[in-house]
Amino acid sequence: MKISKSPWLLHYDASSCNGCDIEVLASTTPRFDVERFGIINTGNPKHADIFVITGGVNEQTRQVVKQLYSQMPDPKVVIAAGICACDGGIFKDCYNVSGGVDTVIPVDVYVPGCAVKPEALIDGVVKALAILDEKREAMKNHAVCEVNYGGKTKEE
Amino acid sequence: MNNMVFMILIIAGYLILAPVAGFFLEGYDRVISSRLQRRMGPPFLQPVYDLIKLFEKQAIVVNNLETALVLGFTIFTIFSGCLFFAGGDILLVFFAFSLADMFLVLAASSANSPYSSLGSQREFVQMMAYEPMTLLTAIGFYMCCGSFNVSDIINQDVPAIVRTPGVFLGYCFILIIKLRKSPFDFSTSHHAHQEMVKGLTQDIAGNVLGILELGEIYEEVFLMTIVVLFFIWKNPLSYVLGIAVALLVFFIMIVVDNVFPRVKWEHMLVSSWGVTLSLAGSNFLILTMLKIARI
Amino acid sequence: MTIAFILFIFTLLISVSVYFSRDDRVREGIVTAGSIVMMVLDVIFCVWAFGAVNDNTGYLVYLEPESSFVGIFNHVIIAGEIFLFLLISVLSIIHGKLYCIILAFMGTAPVLWLDFTGQAVENGPMLRFDSLTILMFLVVGLVGGLICIYSNGYMKDYHHHHTDVGKRPWFFQSMLFLFLAAMYGLISSDNISWMFFFWEITSTVSFLLIGYTRKEEAVTNSFRALWMNLLGGCGFTVAILYNTFVYKNGSLIELIGMGSDFKGVVIPVACLAFAAFTKSAQMPFSRWLLGAMVAPTPSSALLHSATMVKAGVYLLIRISPLMTGTLPGIMVTTVGGFTFFAASLLAISQSDGKKVLAYSTISNLGLITACAGVGKPAATWAAIMLLLFHAVSKSLMFLCVGAVENATGSRDIEDMHGLIVKMPKMAFVMTVAICGMFLAPFGMLVAKWAALKAYIDSNNVLLVIFLVFGSATTMFYWGKWLGKLFAVLHQSETLRDIIHKSEWYVMYMLTGLVITLCATFPFLGSIFIEPMLWVEFGYKAGQIISSDDVRVMLMMLIMIALMPVLAMFLIYNRKEKMTMSYMSGANAGDDRHFTDAFGGIRPSYLSNWYMEKMFGEKKILVLSLAVAAAFVVVLMILSVGTGIGGGFR
Repeated sequence: MKISKSPWLLHYDASSCNGCDIEVLASTTPRFDVERFGIINTGNPKHADIFVITGGVNEQTRQVVKQLYSQMPDPKVVIAAGICACDGGIFKDCYNVSGGVDTVIPVDVYVPGCAVKPEALIDGVVKALAILDEKREAMKNHAVCEVNYGGKTKEE
Repeated sequence: MNNMVFMILIIAGYLILAPVAGFFLEGYDRVISSRLQRRMGPPFLQPVYDLIKLFEKQAIVVNNLETALVLGFTIFTIFSGCLFFAGGDILLVFFAFSLADMFLVLAASSANSPYSSLGSQREFVQMMAYEPMTLLTAIGFYMCCGSFNVSDIINQDVPAIVRTPGVFLGYCFILIIKLRKSPFDFSTSHHAHQEMVKGLTQDIAGNVLGILELGEIYEEVFLMTIVVLFFIWKNPLSYVLGIAVALLVFFIMIVVDNVFPRVKWEHMLVSSWGVTLSLAGSNFLILTMLKIARI
Repeated sequence: MTIAFILFIFTLLISVSVYFSRDDRVREGIVTAGSIVMMVLDVIFCVWAFGAVNDNTGYLVYLEPESSFVGIFNHVIIAGEIFLFLLISVLSIIHGKLYCIILAFMGTAPVLWLDFTGQAVENGPMLRFDSLTILMFLVVGLVGGLICIYSNGYMKDYHHHHTDVGKRPWFFQSMLFLFLAAMYGLISSDNISWMFFFWEITSTVSFLLIGYTRKEEAVTNSFRALWMNLLGGCGFTVAILYNTFVYKNGSLIELIGMGSDFKGVVIPVACLAFAAFTKSAQMPFSRWLLGAMVAPTPSSALLHSATMVKAGVYLLIRISPLMTGTLPGIMVTTVGGFTFFAASLLAISQSDGKKVLAYSTISNLGLITACAGVGKPAATWAAIMLLLFHAVSKSLMFLCVGAVENATGSRDIEDMHGLIVKMPKMAFVMTVAICGMFLAPFGMLVAKWAALKAYIDSNNVLLVIFLVFGSATTMFYWGKWLGKLFAVLHQSETLRDIIHKSEWYVMYMLTGLVITLCATFPFLGSIFIEPMLWVEFGYKAGQIISSDDVRVMLMMLIMIALMPVLAMFLIYNRKEKMTMSYMSGANAGDDRHFTDAFGGIRPSYLSNWYMEKMFGEKKILVLSLAVAAAFVVVLMILSVGTGIGGGFR
């Protein structure tokens, strides 16, 4: 069985205007019903396989994105949903925005749009699933054991 | 000797068939729930896919104690289930289950994180809410057939439901808590993102979560089997009746889950204790009166 | 028999010599050596007595009233009672609590009057040993001896931390031994007046120990303990008077032999039960036990959990054949069951470790009381088992809390957060003790289970309901505590172990005792308890816990023991990633700090749930005391009323 039959989502709003977020949530409604593909919006990085980020990363959310990513078990894929998440969008040149999500963590699927359409998002997720399966195969070959406390450590 | 072989067969049957039954119930739940919400919903086998996926994933843990405790939960849940199906003492079975639950809550406590702690404290409250009723259920069976042994309970002349309808209703009520259904899904829930995120299972991930889910599936099957047990008497056909009723009860649970919003813990505690006292308590009073009158 | 005397005299001698050895080293030496010798003597006595009891008809009697020793000892008792009375009077006058003198007078004077006018009836042997006595000897001797050894290290640290308390450990330890001697006397006496004398000694010693610090709170609490216990003593006195004048009887076993239908017997039974309520801190007399927690921990462990409060339930267990289906029986079961439930509710809202222990002690004593009141062999079996398990586990719990307090400076449960990392050995010991209190294959639960069966068989719906609700709440407060211990703190060092070696030995031995009891309870039941029940009730209890179930429990015990091994195996065979706990992505790196909205780092604090609004002391303490008081008053009046009605028919 393929691991992609049960993808669980983590949705994080890095600094979105909420337009994309509404669309992400819309895709769980009866009209689009992502649960058809077994997708659940868990809200918990430790249970998630797919990390959906909306909005460009700014100084406030930088550490959080990194930490959430580090708390997801392998294999995992990242979807940048919406143009801001892809490369910063209209906020690209803001003083506090570092740009797209890929400036902080590796991104597997870019789904453009302002706001991203649910159909496009579902399409992106389905693409991500293929990558998820690939990653699982790769993981089987070299399993690693690492101790990573991620994030900032307490300054003492 | 024959008896022994029979027992081993039953236990082996339980070990193999319980997950099948559990996956059936879970799939039934997921599909019916989404149909109630006018959605298409996941495929019927989705719970199986979920579990297999969890075992495929890397384990990320916050500490090693947690893993050991989760393992304890699953082992003791399966052990208690075996005890039940081997015809053991039903009170001891419930005690063993509360030991297993304790392992689970301690696992959450050991994570030392806000959401896990919140979940574990809430789970304690849930345990406090349903514990009296589970014990009274066991006692109800004892009052009916004079023995705590499951092997004796299934060989009665009349099913337990005839004498203990109050206990049955009370048990169905706390079943909502035990199956983590809304309005009483405080500590953790199968539903999407919410205020305490995943509560109890927050910091349990990957294949460790898989182990936990497996334990919960065994527990679910056991809990539903108790419903079946209420309807069993000497007649082998009664098993069919019992299973039909159990499915009906499970369906009602799903409807309740989808209809009611979550309540506050005070409401849960007061209502479940109230139901326990009024339904089971009055049932016992009447049974005891009858018993004394007969003497 | 000589051994019992040697044991008694030896304990007294240690008490005296400890009092006069003011040098710390010398005193500690005497205490340690004395305790060890005492424990050895105790075990030798028990082994011998066990053989002798089994060869006989199930019990041994000693000291016929005609023997010259009895005469001498009666004089000693008279002198002792006068001394106790004077002591209480003087202390009451000093602290302005004159009502205690009245109560002491009411309790002591009639008994003295009987002695002086020669009306006291001595119609049977003064001492009687059966297997229950032997079990009590083992509990008192072993647990008591261990706690005395523990008190050496503890008192040193205690005075190190509490410099404002007058330093008189010699007094403290001497009182512990005196108390043990009195306890030996109490459990071996069959003569009611003798029992009463030892009963009063334990009350007084407890009073002195509670007031050890001489602070205002301690003095208030000690006097509360004193007046409640003296009031109970008055109940005892009434029972003695009734026995003497109506039955011309002075022996407990003769009283028990009369049977529950004997005319008027409900009166002494109700009075003795009343006395037992005060001593075992049943509601409405529970408040003294909470106050008693101001005393240094060894006294809490020894007097207020393991032994002294057990004297009350011991008496109830003794007279339980007289309570089968009678009004005093209903009183005892109702009050006991109610106390079990109400005290466990109250324990939920407490965060002070010792207070939780106190409420849990009250609650468990309530359960034992309720079992004794049923008056059926199966219930009494459960009562004795509960008594044993509770004595061992609870005293271990107290010792742990005391040691934690000395090591970390706090006995609040909240401060025990992450003890498994800070003090792993302590967390292990505590876990065993807590599990012993309420979890499945461990001791208390077995007894609770037997109690449940006995209640159902005696058709007591109210008790069943109290028991199931009480065990749910019990699970809640113990579970919370366990959860605190189990929280694994990241990047935290273990604390330096400043607990004395001797304290560790004691705690390990008690831990061993808890586990041994769990593994051997069926054996204990069939060898010690059932023969005694056979003698007391005249019929067998039937099968209480079937051998299949025992086997299953042993299996569970073994599985739990194997868990750590399994975990080790898992840890060495991992392909997993360690990560921080989830804090919405703002974990500052150690699970105990988070990054706030301004980028600063703030500590987070995880607290247990105390539900003050629902179960707070303010909310339900007065209510439950009032309900219990109503039960006691109404049922006492009814019992005495029917007793008089029946007695003069």
